[in-house]
Amino acid sequence: MIYSAFGAGLLFGIGLWLSGMANPRKVLDFLDVTGNWDPSLLLVMGGAVAVTLSFFGPLIRKSKLEFPTSIDVRLVAGAAIFGLGWGLGGYCPGPALTALANLSAEAFVFVAAMAAGGLFARIPPFKGPGA
Amino acid sequence: MENFTPVASLAGGVLIGLASVWLLAANHRIAGVSTILHGMFTQAAADRGWRAAFVAGLVCAGFLWISFSSPNPGREGFGLGWAALAGLLVGFGTRMGGGCTSGHGVCGLGRRSLRSLVAVCVFMATGMISVFLARHVLGIPS
Repeated sequence: MIYSAFGAGLLFGIGLWLSGMANPRKVLDFLDVTGNWDPSLLLVMGGAVAVTLSFFGPLIRKSKLEFPTSIDVRLVAGAAIFGLGWGLGGYCPGPALTALANLSAEAFVFVAAMAAGGLFARIPPFKGPGA
Repeated sequence: MENFTPVASLAGGVLIGLASVWLLAANHRIAGVSTILHGMFTQAAADRGWRAAFVAGLVCAGFLWISFSSPNPGREGFGLGWAALAGLLVGFGTRMGGGCTSGHGVCGLGRRSLRSLVAVCVFMATGMISVFLARHVLGIPS
């Protein structure tokens, strides 16, 4: 289980680098639709989702995992706040972790703040079910 | 559009999708990076090993990739205060919303979840607003 998780993380990370997502500037060039727009990330998400759509169905059933389905204020507010941070820094969680290999100050500061931000979300006024 | 890299981006996306299928098939887990990372700090000890292994794989992929190319040294003029604020927002928002680009995006859309589709539309939209404000209004060199 440990080895397969490591292997999946390794392959996931190689995909992030090959696709360009590990480069925050390229991510921001995608989100910056009024600037010098780079549509590459549409193909990253398209390629990834094409694969998961093709294979997830039976695997999800076999896994017996259960998922929240509620579309509520927490979901929308959380996603909105995440997007604000993503557009400011150019890192979402996966690319931020694999970008640690750059040994750059911005990657370390971002990851430390991201871990702290996740723990803040557990403080009672923000804490809720399913997150 | 001169930076458009369709072949590498599509191929990289396919690898990301395959890695997600792999984790689901072998470990019966969703490859949602924010949830995996957060659980390293909050889940019971027995549930931390695979999470740490996945994160270690992600980081090792970076070192492996860089050994064949060169590291990205970080952005000139992009202050660490902005990096810290961005990290806080990403960490907080992904936990409140229950997922990120991988959990809601790659995996949630892959299992046809309406909840995830809503999340993806929202964070894409606020991401576009945020980069507009950061780059074109505040003039942050990102």
